[in-house]
Amino acid sequence: MIEKADQIFILLRNWIVGFLPAGWQTAAGVVLGVIGIIAVFPALFAISVLLERKGLGRMQNRLGPNRVGPFGILQPIADAIKSLTKEDVVPLNADRIVHFLAPVYLVVVAFMGFAVLPIGRNMVLVDIDASLLFYFAMGASTEVSIFMAGWSSRNKYSLLGAMRAVAQMISYEVPLLMSSVVIVMATGSLSLVKIVETQNQYTWGLPHWNIFTPWGLAGFVMYAIAGTAETNRSPFDLPEGESELVAGYFTEYSGFKFALFFLGEYLGMLSISGLGTTLFLGGWSAPLAALNWVPSWIWFFSKVMLSIVVFIWVRGTLPRLRQDQLMNFAWKFVIPMTLLNLFVAALWRFMGEGWLRWVVCSSLLILVYVVAGRTGMRRKNFGPRSYRYAE
Amino acid sequence: MSAPTTDLSMQLARQEGWNRPPVIEPGGEGELLELAMGPHHPSTHGVFRMDVVLDGERVIKLKPVFGYLHRNHEKIAENTSYLASMPYTDRLDYFCSLTNNWAYALAVEKLSAQAVPERAEYLRVILAEFTRIQNHASTIGFLLQEMGASGTPLMYAFREREKILDLFESLTGSRMMCNYMRFGGCRVDASAAWLDAARKVVSGLPEFVDEFERFLRTNEILMARAQGMGVLRPELAVNAGITGPMLRASGVNYDIRKVDHYGIYDRFKFRVPLGDHWDIYDRYMVRMLEMRESIGILEQALKEIPGGPVMDPKAKIRGFRPKPGEAYGRIEGPKGELGFYLISDGSPNPYRYRVRPPSLINLTVLEDMCLGHNVADVVLIFGSVDIVLGEVDR
Amino acid sequence: MLGEGILKGLSETAKNFAGSFVSKERLTTVEYPEERAPLPEATRVFPFLVYDGSDWQAGMRCVACQICEKECPPKCIYIEKSKDKKPDYVGKMQIYPARFEIDVSVCMSCQICVEVCPFEAIKMDSEFELSTDDRFGGLLHDRKRLAKSNEYYHSIHPTEAAEVDARLAEEKAKVEAKAKAAAEAAAAKATASAKAAEVAPAANAASKPAGGAEESKA
Repeated sequence: MIEKADQIFILLRNWIVGFLPAGWQTAAGVVLGVIGIIAVFPALFAISVLLERKGLGRMQNRLGPNRVGPFGILQPIADAIKSLTKEDVVPLNADRIVHFLAPVYLVVVAFMGFAVLPIGRNMVLVDIDASLLFYFAMGASTEVSIFMAGWSSRNKYSLLGAMRAVAQMISYEVPLLMSSVVIVMATGSLSLVKIVETQNQYTWGLPHWNIFTPWGLAGFVMYAIAGTAETNRSPFDLPEGESELVAGYFTEYSGFKFALFFLGEYLGMLSISGLGTTLFLGGWSAPLAALNWVPSWIWFFSKVMLSIVVFIWVRGTLPRLRQDQLMNFAWKFVIPMTLLNLFVAALWRFMGEGWLRWVVCSSLLILVYVVAGRTGMRRKNFGPRSYRYAE
Repeated sequence: MSAPTTDLSMQLARQEGWNRPPVIEPGGEGELLELAMGPHHPSTHGVFRMDVVLDGERVIKLKPVFGYLHRNHEKIAENTSYLASMPYTDRLDYFCSLTNNWAYALAVEKLSAQAVPERAEYLRVILAEFTRIQNHASTIGFLLQEMGASGTPLMYAFREREKILDLFESLTGSRMMCNYMRFGGCRVDASAAWLDAARKVVSGLPEFVDEFERFLRTNEILMARAQGMGVLRPELAVNAGITGPMLRASGVNYDIRKVDHYGIYDRFKFRVPLGDHWDIYDRYMVRMLEMRESIGILEQALKEIPGGPVMDPKAKIRGFRPKPGEAYGRIEGPKGELGFYLISDGSPNPYRYRVRPPSLINLTVLEDMCLGHNVADVVLIFGSVDIVLGEVDR
Repeated sequence: MLGEGILKGLSETAKNFAGSFVSKERLTTVEYPEERAPLPEATRVFPFLVYDGSDWQAGMRCVACQICEKECPPKCIYIEKSKDKKPDYVGKMQIYPARFEIDVSVCMSCQICVEVCPFEAIKMDSEFELSTDDRFGGLLHDRKRLAKSNEYYHSIHPTEAAEVDARLAEEKAKVEAKAKAAAEAAAAKATASAKAAEVAPAANAASKPAGGAEESKA
């Protein structure tokens, strides 16, 4: 019974496919999987948008939207109707084909990333041996669509905004990859399915998630920072900031294309969260061995939504970093820390089992982090100050 | 005006003369970008325009353009009686209507040599300090909103501001356009119930300021964006006539409450915080510390307030004709020195009515502070000046 | 340590988020129009004219002295005096305003008209939901719309209305006392002059009609 609930989508697919002749069955199965992904993740997008508005509202001591439907549940539908019925304005000088293709490309590429995420036990759309590589290839393509958007608008300010966004995303690709390379080293495989299966083991009821190791925790923090910057979320959302002067890359878009950009951004968030849970939080495995009776896909989706909640939480709290500051941060702080992380992970592997490796690795990471943080702040003369009063 | 203080920085500033920062030359070839920020812009505090010339991201030249909210306040006052100008002063710096009222009432009382009863003085101090607290909280909230903190600190500041505005409404009848001070005292007396409500609000304020400060003081992103930016040297500040928290954040000890001894401020113990690094972060912290000092003044005033009338019994409401003469009345408003210069020729309307707006005079150094900085910082520096367009344009 | 301030900030926000479900302090929204924030008693929005009794025309306190029109800063009051007179609350005949209009789009709610009115005739209302789609006429409130009863005044500003009523009653009592004293004095004088007229009827033959005229006048 428990297994039936766990595998329910697979069983459903097999049942539907059973009605077709044998030659068509694999293709039909893949098509059904694609339809499933296209149905589920935009629904999660709608939920995230609503969660964001209500969550930000509650953090700011106010209610979010609550007029459309009970507790505002139907707000995403209202937003969708609004964006569909707006006039589609294209600037006169704009390159029409590229202008049209940019949001479409973004959404297509964002969806491609979901193809290799293992959503549950045996539930991955395509099981490629080098699925992590495929994921990063697709993830990096999102930058192309941003540049297409900025270029095709033939607007000086949009182009500047797009170039800044692309520069930011490129510089944060390196920490993103480097923090994932650690996982590959530890697991020995590029396949996401295998990574999750390695984490699905339990000692004394506690799982072997990668986040529970010193290098895994450091890697997770850096992955989170890089992931926030990749998806242009606060505190790294200068390219789309409203109070900054130079307009974002999607100023010339209105109506449905703007909604597609929005969809693409949130799909990117969901995708990065999905990869983060797969690599660090154990994918579809349960947090305690005793809780294995809950279906695996529920664990996956709850971990993804938890990451979205953390994204929203961070957005509501922190001010923005300036462009040069965030590039400085990436190249001069995060990347050296990822290199250190690689070294620590290698040390972990070669020290063998025991409490010694825990102590050595954790202390090395913490020491370097504290020292680097302090010197960095002191060199730029930052720091809390004390104030004097007039006599 | 009173004698200058013996503060060493003030003396040095008077000796050195005008010190402009060097003109920034554009680097490399390529054209300069001319941009107009505003008047429709989400981060200018009202309708205000800044014409900036950029070299890449750095600001080469900046020209503030204002006047979009000019409402002829000074000319209207020449054709209206003294009492009828009082509601117009509410609308100058519309965040701080009670301090505007007090400055005008002070000027007219100097002109006509009226005495103010003691209870009225206490009430004036209480309301002015409440105004200062809500103004500083809003300014800090707006500054962080422009930094991109998506409005969360702003909402917290406004939550407290609502409590103070509710107090104003139950006493004066209106939340923002209070029209409460009169020449010779205050319009209505505050009941014991109101004083109790005020004490209750004051008792909740230290916790709010602590929370606010804890939320933001050690925030690394805030420090990275605000420290070292928009430096205003003290000599330049003194020579340009800057007053208020901006001047004190540049290290100059000049608080009109201590210098002029107007009202009954001598009876209260409070300190004047000064900044040592002269940047945006200092301005923000000086305002935070001033909020704490205001809470101290409020606690003392609410404890010591005596009974008695709140209006000079000999004051005339209608047919008020001061003797011919001139007077300049100034107070330490939340944004700086707010002064009213009145010339009377014996008629019911003033002959000349001039407002010294602190926001406008503080804006004159905007270019000097912004040169060489990024465009993203211009918005922050502008927010740290703390202007209200109603005052700049009158 | 780097990142400490950020974590502190995050904990503050989380506290506010959790608090917004439990305490009213952390969720201060008043959902208009289903709920309304309570207005304090001293609220002032736009002026209205007070009338005593049930007939708004007969009981209106305003005597069209035009003081409020002169003192109003944006000059939003427009008064036209009447040709005839009507008795006021002490019985004296006063003129009344034939037209009394306030342009609410100009009025800035400063309350100066209330302060300077010597007859307690104009007071501040607290109704603010006055939006209309008639741009010009809808915001020019005329005499009929502005007239509201003394009971209404009591309902919106109880302490103030009680004070005003006490003051008006005192004035009325004073006027009545004066009238009674004058009547008594006149009556005493009448009886005295009647007695004098009895004593010397022949000597006062010429002044009798004058005395009679005096009596009838008193």
